[in-house]
Amino acid sequence: MESENEVVGEMERELEEMRECYRSGGTREASWRKSQLKGLLRLLREREEEIFRALHQDLGKHPVEAYRDEIGSLIKSVNYALDGLKRWIAGNKAKLPRIALLMNAKIVPEPLGLVLVISSWNFPIGLSLEPLIGALAAGNAVVLKPSELAPECSSLLANAIPLYLDDKAVKVIQGGPGIAERLLHRKWDKIFFTGSARIGRKVIAAAAEHLTPVTLELGGKCPAVIDTLSSSFDRKVAVQRVLGAKFSSSAGQACIGVDYVLVEKKFSSALVELMKVAMKKMFGENPRESRSVTRIVNKHHFLRLRSHLLDPLVKSSIVYGGLMDEENLFIEPTILMDPPLQAAIMMDEIFGPLLPIVTLNKIEDSIEFISSRPKPLAIYVFTKDESLRRNMVSKTSSGSVVFNDAIIQYLADTLPFGGIGESGMGRYHGKFSFDTFSHQKAVVRRSFLVDFWFRFPPWNDHKLQLFRSSYHYDYLGIVLTVLGLKRTNGVPKSI
Amino acid sequence: MAIMKCPSSVNLSQDFSALGGICQTIRTYACRPVNRANPSPIFFTHSSLRISRCSASVLSVTMEEEKEQAFDAGKAALLVKELRKSFSSGKTKSYEWRAAQLQSISKMIDEREKEIIQALQLDLSKPELEAFVSEISMTKSSCQKALKDLKHWMAPEKVSTSITTYPSSAEIVSEPFGVVLIISTWNYPFLLSLDPVIGAIAAGNAIVLKPSEIAPATSSLLSRLLSEYVDRSTIRVVEGAVPETSALLDQKWDKIFYTGSTRVGYIVMAAAAKHLTPVVLELGGKCPAIIDSNINLEVAARRILAGKWACNNGQACIAIDYIVTTRSFAPKLVAALQLTLEEFFGKNPLESQDICRIVNLYHFKRLAKLLDEDGTSDKIVLGGQRDENKLRIAPTILLDVPEDSLIMQEEIFGPLLPILTVDNIEDSFHMINSKPKPLAAYLFSDNDGLQKQFVQNISAGGMLINDTVLHLTVPTLPFGGVGESGMGAYHGKFSFDAFSHKKGVLYRSFKGDALTRYPPYTPEKQRLLKALISFNIIGIILAILGWSKK
Repeated sequence: MESENEVVGEMERELEEMRECYRSGGTREASWRKSQLKGLLRLLREREEEIFRALHQDLGKHPVEAYRDEIGSLIKSVNYALDGLKRWIAGNKAKLPRIALLMNAKIVPEPLGLVLVISSWNFPIGLSLEPLIGALAAGNAVVLKPSELAPECSSLLANAIPLYLDDKAVKVIQGGPGIAERLLHRKWDKIFFTGSARIGRKVIAAAAEHLTPVTLELGGKCPAVIDTLSSSFDRKVAVQRVLGAKFSSSAGQACIGVDYVLVEKKFSSALVELMKVAMKKMFGENPRESRSVTRIVNKHHFLRLRSHLLDPLVKSSIVYGGLMDEENLFIEPTILMDPPLQAAIMMDEIFGPLLPIVTLNKIEDSIEFISSRPKPLAIYVFTKDESLRRNMVSKTSSGSVVFNDAIIQYLADTLPFGGIGESGMGRYHGKFSFDTFSHQKAVVRRSFLVDFWFRFPPWNDHKLQLFRSSYHYDYLGIVLTVLGLKRTNGVPKSI
Repeated sequence: MAIMKCPSSVNLSQDFSALGGICQTIRTYACRPVNRANPSPIFFTHSSLRISRCSASVLSVTMEEEKEQAFDAGKAALLVKELRKSFSSGKTKSYEWRAAQLQSISKMIDEREKEIIQALQLDLSKPELEAFVSEISMTKSSCQKALKDLKHWMAPEKVSTSITTYPSSAEIVSEPFGVVLIISTWNYPFLLSLDPVIGAIAAGNAIVLKPSEIAPATSSLLSRLLSEYVDRSTIRVVEGAVPETSALLDQKWDKIFYTGSTRVGYIVMAAAAKHLTPVVLELGGKCPAIIDSNINLEVAARRILAGKWACNNGQACIAIDYIVTTRSFAPKLVAALQLTLEEFFGKNPLESQDICRIVNLYHFKRLAKLLDEDGTSDKIVLGGQRDENKLRIAPTILLDVPEDSLIMQEEIFGPLLPILTVDNIEDSFHMINSKPKPLAAYLFSDNDGLQKQFVQNISAGGMLINDTVLHLTVPTLPFGGVGESGMGAYHGKFSFDAFSHKKGVLYRSFKGDALTRYPPYTPEKQRLLKALISFNIIGIILAILGWSKK
């Protein structure tokens, strides 16, 4: 008990020091922010081999996949932030009407203070550093709590970050749920959380204790709608992209991975055949040996996924794969045809290499199917039908919508990345990351000249009447006049 | 944003006093001030409720006079269900629906102006001109701005994809959250109810508005007017106090927009957390004004008054809460304020018709307690008179109250103005930063260096130099707090954004895949990757994802 108190006391002291460091103003300097981003860049370049190794140990992730989804996309993001930093910090001038006399207005972004980033295990490097880029660019002091379920990556970050970044303003605190809980109950100026909706609720409840704004990056069952494409080339590409987004991004353990497929009944068997061919090409006859499939992160998740398949009605719907190797935490990429919709596999987020295909009479029914379920982080639609496209955008609600591809929205810096409803709140990536960790402060300057007697009491009917008639009920004009922002025809008392 | 063609329909205006504010919860007494002896009977559905002070969850409430059946969680659930059904029909998403609602509100304000002013008079003795300017005109202009820009706001925003070579296009689509709850407050009961409603309509949501029971006349008026003027199947008003609010907060909303006190803000956010509902909290805080000595004192004094007593008599979330100035300048400042006060409100401000009263007895007593505290009461240098029957307190200035006094610990929200003194004006920054972040911070100074430091060193929702309050009339500026003063922002396009989810939509063609993108990850692919690493990074990602030009 004593030692636990000590740990808490030590954490408390550390956080107070960080707050002090933030107050001293160093992190606000553009030069500091730039140096931190450059430090991150160096870390990614110099520690690349270690990162590959850690990702392989934690998840069996192949270096090509690791580079594509984590290191490479991070380097891209850091460069994007370095490129935009000066512009972002400068803020925006707010447009004012010409007659707003002797006044100027600006929106000045300012850092929020000391922020907490809690990341998850499926992209343990990417999902830790991507928000960190935004927090640093915005000039905050940051505590990062990586997931204990990817221990190698967590300790790599804890060891490497102090060597590359300002260790007074950026700290990595490692630990499990106990530490996370303790951290959450401290006062932060922002909490950025990536993980499940279940934990997300705890995070926002804890944040409410201190009125802390939160960004929650959660998940959900992201559907892929595959229209009955006529061209065989399109079909092939669609299948490849869906399978790639399902099985070759952390083996389906991705919040924007494809969760299930919606397809017209008459196209379903052709689709399965195409998938089988493509799967053989990607993973060979024996996927376990291919090294191209990430393993399941841990026993808990392995058992969770296996329990989906233990349901006899689900099991009988397997049309491809289904092999499981508990010792190596490996699950073969698996396709299921029309498992019961009430089964857990169709109720919960799957987060693993199982791909149910649900058949519909008409592809248009997919809109009703999707909107009657919790809002997903992403919807993928493979179609050339313009009206299906339009309806999908306007009649469903989701974090994002991607046509004819999957997962790649994660890389688009100009698109906000974030959920709605059960899939989260807030957004990041590119400039949105900067905004997420900034307060947009409105700043107005006025001179002492120009005030009109209209503006101040004592009020009388004459003044009111004057407003009404001289402005012909132009309400904007009235407000302006009262505030002394607009010249009037009457001769005001001079100043 | 709106570029004005005609100067008479200027877009600068919004919220002269969107002074949100602070229903420092919530205790309404049956007794009414004498000057409201003959209220029109329609106005009082909740005239006698008595609520003990505490957090909402443990409030005990006795409704002594209940005209309608209680609005409980069951009723609230039914209401939400009904609105959700209307929302699902998709009607609120059309431009036509949104524009029609906004036009109706605009028409309502024109046609019912008299009733609105009358209600504000009953609730707060708000002078007609103040009501006209800060509530009616502000709401009306907010509505006009939304109508004018609606098409533009609704249009998807095309964005260039940073990876320029691959065949795709991208846009950000604004979609409504769904069914939203707006809880407003009593100090600008008309404006602060309708301003967010306008944003929510513009964004295409179904809406429940819960106006404040502490301004009962306006609450009841809003309920009647909205059911008459806007689409009842998607926009509703629920009147009531804590039990009604609690019943509403128990429901699952897609967004909650709350204006009021920090204390209730905690309760709202905790309730929202259960359903993962995003919130906008417009709270308050102690807004400081730093007064440097090198200024045009006559103008400054007028503007300080405009930001305190002519601003709902200080009952406004962005009203000046306290002043910091230098020791040597303080006497001059007090003298100037005294002169201007007399000019504005006459020799006997308790009788002035140009100043609002205190909203109710609870707040009157709260303010009296601040004034009567030992160590504070002897610091009054001006004013201090009060009339409990009329709920009036004269503009009061206090000099050098102790920093640990009640009046410096809580948000004042009334006509009391403490002036603190420092040796050097720069010392004021430290004083302000040692308190929670305010919603607004003001500086009066001609010193450019000081202005710059002020902007850099002080964190606040918004800040205004050499004037008060009017920064929130600028619809091109976000209005909202930071830290204890709230989260989220609104006004103008920001209101639309506050009630919209920004959906990223990416269009790709089927062309342009390279095999490197997919497994198996052969040694050749790895070698390609390694080779590429030494070149530009975008190129590598392109190669992996197959977006290279081939």
